[in-house]
Amino acid sequence: MSQEGISNTAEAAAIPNDWSGVVTDWSADKQTFQMSWGKAMMWFFLLSDTFIFACFLVGYMTVRVSTTEPWPVSSEVFALHLFGQDIPLILIAIMTFILITSSGTMAMAVNFGYRRDRKKTAILMLITALFGATFVGMQAFEWTKLIVDEGVRPWSNPMGAPQFGSSFFMITGFHGAHVTAGVIYLSVVAMKVLRGHYESKGYEIVEITGLYWHFVDLVWVFIFALFYLW
Amino acid sequence: MATAEGQQHPIKLYLTVWVLLFVLSAFSYLVDYFEFEGYLRWILILLFMSLKAGMIVAVFMHMAWERLTLVTVISLPPLIFLSLLILMMVLEGDYTRLTRILYFGSAGG
Repeated sequence: MSQEGISNTAEAAAIPNDWSGVVTDWSADKQTFQMSWGKAMMWFFLLSDTFIFACFLVGYMTVRVSTTEPWPVSSEVFALHLFGQDIPLILIAIMTFILITSSGTMAMAVNFGYRRDRKKTAILMLITALFGATFVGMQAFEWTKLIVDEGVRPWSNPMGAPQFGSSFFMITGFHGAHVTAGVIYLSVVAMKVLRGHYESKGYEIVEITGLYWHFVDLVWVFIFALFYLW
Repeated sequence: MATAEGQQHPIKLYLTVWVLLFVLSAFSYLVDYFEFEGYLRWILILLFMSLKAGMIVAVFMHMAWERLTLVTVISLPPLIFLSLLILMMVLEGDYTRLTRILYFGSAGG
């Protein structure tokens, strides 16, 4: 250990301490994460995305804690009239199940990717994308119902605290944008898998795409619990 | 199990987690459906949420088989900084609410 430290210092002394040295330091042959560049970068992107979503959710918590007006009851706001009765939160529950199902098919796709079964991998990824598109479609329906039928706006709503609208549109909108991006990402990678684009470099790309997709599902777990159920 | 080829695990494990996620989601939905209130509601919601999030990260995102270096870099910053942020904003939010009640004189929801 100390031997290494000495040799590192000696090495550092040999590198000039100017801009060329900065470049040398950053591009030196050192590696912290024992994984491919693409996978490490996806993890760092997801880490930063965690903070973005967390900021939205903490912001939502802050306005909800601080408002003196009653917060709209989400299980009533998001109820659907089905089979002659109001079923609370049913649309959101179905959306949750759809997203979980898509996570399952994604996990299978990663598995088949590493087994080099191109066709099954691509089909499972396209099924995942299809579930994602269904989710976005249901979200569009939900937004339409809220905006047109219930009169919810980012600045006001008939049920109570005006902050409800701004939190809702911001959080679910940003999540929906992530799902939409994921559907595009999945479709592009699936088509390339099908064409045999990754035969030589391997199928880790499927795992990386999967990381993004599972993250979108993960964020929904928090939105479902903290926004819809709380 | 994390081979040079990448993360490969038995499909049975994925299916088990998948089913568990379904069951836990159903449980959280039932918390709302049966209108549990108060601390019981909050504890159940947070419990099911944490279990689901943990399973997705550990199994679907393969965190359980990654090196500790990555696990710490990904999990510690959110845990530390977000706990701090939540704590600060709860205090701030409560204070705002209190001053609103004091100066505007309404205490609705």
